[in-house]
Amino acid sequence: MIGLSHYLTVAAILFTIGVFGIFVNRKNVIIIMMSIELILLAVNINLVAFSAYLHDVSGQIFAMFVLTVAAAEAAVGLAILVTFFRNRGDIAVDDASMMKG
Amino acid sequence: MMDFSGAVALALPEIILAVGALILLMVGAFGGDKSTGLVSVGSGGVLIAGAVAAAYGPLGSTFNGGFVADNAAAFAKVFIYGFSAVGVLLGDRWLKRMAASKFEFPVLIVIAALGMGMMASAGDLISLYIGVELQSLALYVLCAFRRDDAKASEAGLKYFVLGALSSGLLLYGASLIYGFAGSTKFVDIAAAVQAGAGQGAIFGVVFLICGLAFKVSAAPFHMWTPDVYEGAPTPVVAFVAAAPKMAAMVLFARALLQGFPGAVGQWQQVLVVVAALSMGWGALAGLRQRNLKRLLAYSSVTNIGYALLGIAAGTDQGVTAMLVFMVLYMIDTTGLFACLLALNRDGKPMETLADFAGLAKEKPGLALCITGLSFSVMGIPPFAGFWAKFYVFKAAIAAGLWPIAVFGLVASVVAAFYYLRIIKTMWFDPSPGRTDASPLDARGVAVAAALFSCGLVVLALNPLDTVAKLAAAAFHLS
Repeated sequence: MIGLSHYLTVAAILFTIGVFGIFVNRKNVIIIMMSIELILLAVNINLVAFSAYLHDVSGQIFAMFVLTVAAAEAAVGLAILVTFFRNRGDIAVDDASMMKG
Repeated sequence: MMDFSGAVALALPEIILAVGALILLMVGAFGGDKSTGLVSVGSGGVLIAGAVAAAYGPLGSTFNGGFVADNAAAFAKVFIYGFSAVGVLLGDRWLKRMAASKFEFPVLIVIAALGMGMMASAGDLISLYIGVELQSLALYVLCAFRRDDAKASEAGLKYFVLGALSSGLLLYGASLIYGFAGSTKFVDIAAAVQAGAGQGAIFGVVFLICGLAFKVSAAPFHMWTPDVYEGAPTPVVAFVAAAPKMAAMVLFARALLQGFPGAVGQWQQVLVVVAALSMGWGALAGLRQRNLKRLLAYSSVTNIGYALLGIAAGTDQGVTAMLVFMVLYMIDTTGLFACLLALNRDGKPMETLADFAGLAKEKPGLALCITGLSFSVMGIPPFAGFWAKFYVFKAAIAAGLWPIAVFGLVASVVAAFYYLRIIKTMWFDPSPGRTDASPLDARGVAVAAALFSCGLVVLALNPLDTVAKLAAAAFHLS
């Protein structure tokens, strides 16, 4: 029988992969965007699992908001990435180092 | 249960901003570049109308407790919308000078201000998240607004990546709190925590604190701040450094003090550590900065540490201190960035310490403004910053946090060094050449801020204290 704790474990693993994806990845900004998406979806699994467990609908409403905002966030992020690419001709993470200190 | 018109009356400031932003966007979209001036003036008007509506609007809570219009929210909104209007003024004039006017700029500031208003009024984890994201998404775009500027787009990208990560942390915390407390409303969460919601909710609140600490740029979550401050256009930084911090601090106070009054012991430890790290690291790392915008970024990290100390106190007095501190700090930082905006040499902004050499002979008025504002941020009596710190330290000591107050005092002495270095460079070093004429808008804001911080504050402190006390009372603390 799959219970609440299984869902929470999967979500926690996905969340950790997402956070590590942002910090460990030194190659590509697109991979960072994928990691961000992974984090948000891990949160959604959490919310829906809790919502079903508590028999309370507000968790699912929250999940809907998260999905919508995640779409907007991806749009803004890709737009900024496009301006970055136009200025640099590259999207490697190591190149984002004009400013240091 | 409140009827619909009552709910609309409570949310009137935000409705004015939301409808205003949509109308202005339409005006800009159909009017083209000719309508930029109109959209700017309209944005300023909408923001001021929002501030007035917030100041005189009814109090209460609506939309199932998701939206709270109390004195604390009203207090924050008046200043947030007011400073956003200053941001519109500085940004619009600056873009005009760069011949890069775009009608989207003021509209984005209105949308960011709307998000900040939601943050100040959030009574629920969902409205907290919506407010934070609305504000953040608008700010990411504003930072990368100069599309042809490589530094600005890098700043925007860094802000976006770290901001999205912080939203993820905040959200993961929110989901845990929801799961273990069984509700998204702060009031119900408080009851559940009181009844013993367990370690899960405490775990969640730590994530929530991390996410919000990113947004207020408190150490160790401040990595984005120096790069964003350096790379983003100066008027955008003047805006980002003031109003969003106020909104996030009020949200911080509301989430912790209304959602977790039963777990003060747990979150106070986290907050004290974050505050101490911010004060210490901001002061030390600022010492080796030669770029004024980066230096002000570290200065903001230090100052957020002081403001967090007010919340960490967890008392009525602490919240009052935080609110007074934030208002006085917003005025100082806006004034300093306005000075940076007013200073150019050969059409290039003066941003490094070396650029400021001999400024006192070149531009005595502005040099005097920078000197006064620096003294104020340093905390020299009787300037504004002294009173701000005085409030915070008094509250912290009253709450038994005196070791950390002493640490804060030491940090402010260390930080005083880099302000004194600016002052020394301006008054005693030889000038490398003539500066350009300074634009009226930036000079005006700088002089107004300096006059307030160096003199008027003594008169304004009493009324500010009264309203801040009223605002803090909304949290029903001891």
